[in-house]
Amino acid sequence: MEGLWTRWLLRTWVVLILLFLFIPILLIFLYAFNTSNIQSWPIPGLTLKWFSSTFDDADVRTSLSLSLQVGLIATALALVLGSFAAFAIHRMTWFGREVVSLMFILPLALPGIITGISLKAFFSFDGVPLSLLTIVVGHTTFCIVVVYNNVLARLRRTQGSLIEAAMDLGANGFQVFRDITLPLISTSVVAGAMLAFALSFDEVIVTTFTAGAQNTLPLWIFGAIRLGQRLPEVNVVVSFVILVTIIPVVIAARLTGGGGAARVPAAR
Amino acid sequence: MAVKAVGRPRPKGGGAVPFAALFWRLPWLRSLLLLTPPLAWFVVIYFASLVLLLVTAFWTTDPFTTQVVQVWNTSNFERILNEPVYHDIVGRTVLLAVLVTLTDAALAFPFAYYMARVASRRVQTLLFAAVLLPLWASYLARVYAWILILNHSGLLNWSLQSIGLPPANIGYTNVAMWVVFSYIWLPFMIIPTYAALERVPESLLEASADLGARRWRTIRDIVLPLALPGVVAGSIFTFSLTLGDYITPVLVGGAGSTFIGNVVFSNIGIANNIPFAAALSTIPVAIMAVYLFIAQRLGAFEAL
Repeated sequence: MEGLWTRWLLRTWVVLILLFLFIPILLIFLYAFNTSNIQSWPIPGLTLKWFSSTFDDADVRTSLSLSLQVGLIATALALVLGSFAAFAIHRMTWFGREVVSLMFILPLALPGIITGISLKAFFSFDGVPLSLLTIVVGHTTFCIVVVYNNVLARLRRTQGSLIEAAMDLGANGFQVFRDITLPLISTSVVAGAMLAFALSFDEVIVTTFTAGAQNTLPLWIFGAIRLGQRLPEVNVVVSFVILVTIIPVVIAARLTGGGGAARVPAAR
Repeated sequence: MAVKAVGRPRPKGGGAVPFAALFWRLPWLRSLLLLTPPLAWFVVIYFASLVLLLVTAFWTTDPFTTQVVQVWNTSNFERILNEPVYHDIVGRTVLLAVLVTLTDAALAFPFAYYMARVASRRVQTLLFAAVLLPLWASYLARVYAWILILNHSGLLNWSLQSIGLPPANIGYTNVAMWVVFSYIWLPFMIIPTYAALERVPESLLEASADLGARRWRTIRDIVLPLALPGVVAGSIFTFSLTLGDYITPVLVGGAGSTFIGNVVFSNIGIANNIPFAAALSTIPVAIMAVYLFIAQRLGAFEAL
């Protein structure tokens, strides 16, 4: 129903929005190769020197290693707890179902600062010192939701008839799970894990409340930008973080046909 | 649907058989066993924290020892109500959240409309991916990119000067925050708006045209009302995320850019007054509760 003019206007708009969305991201990659240590446009030339100096920076390496540890542990915990929750909710029929499922989504619905400060108040009240463990607890809480959402969405689309057929053919509960259910949901579990890791690897708001003296990579970036220090290294680290968060998301999107990554992660 | 395991005893199944039989007889047992660990995590850690936050808001800190005094009182809330500086901060936060939401709705609608109703299937998929990528690309990275663009010798001023315009020094101001927030949350608005537009049945548009409505009339009376739940769903994200943010104000804001979140954070860190921070943080929660109530009335939850 759109006329030729409307189509052209809309097309122009789409191009402008795409430029708006992507120029800043491409710009960061370009700045990572900036020969000057002053961040101004246009950049005077291209170099690879900041990559080696960033890799040699002990602070960056410590933060990276902490971020990887937190991401992996939180993802593993979220994988177990989120899948359990999805399976239970999927099978539940009683009235408490709505309440419980709303509960699991709460860390996404509330602003990240609320999750952050309440965990901080909780740890401080219980006298728990802030450490790797407290960061992991914070990350796991919002990562559970991502896994839960992905697995539950897949379970809802899975045909019960396949499971019934397997049972009619004499498979027991364990065999049904191993041979039918698991293959059907496995990609959604992997996708959930990928998204959970990407979310954890980039999280900064909750982490500022639950980290003690130690820095995750986002905390290091935040500190460096705020102080305006080591910006050439920030360019490199930030480009790296973009890649690390995008690659798992691309894999997750492929596994779920785009739906998984679109179930929006608002836990920031 | 809940399909219970039929535990027909078979010798090959090993140890799993008795459990399967047990679950078959007591189907709720399986749900209970599965639900206990995640539920325990949420209740013991997350809910306990949220409840504690609410309770802490009614405690105070001893000004000399900075120890939390667990005596029930409302002095934190009185302080927020009586000191004009907090009114300004809350007002600024809410105003910017509203502005960002409106900006994103305006930017997203034509884009989502093109995606849903004009683009071919292949272009649609590509555009969808193009919206998802920046959504997931590091939050800090995208804020930082704007520092590079908006600073005095950044891309923006260079572009303006190269076409003969005076430089726009909007770095480290509220205008910068408005631009950056609108940029960061835009994909959150595009996706639900697109989803809602895609669900508008073609037949309704044809019926409208058959009845003699012109294109703009159809958009105004058919497309917009049907897309509204999607826009409202997107606005939940843009509004809530702006309301609860404090990183962007620190990085791209200036002297007069303090948000609720910044006061919360500074009371956690330097001032070490967790009760006051807790009281402050109930404000965004209360605002979001009202917002979600209105959004639910507008049918946004079905569009999520």
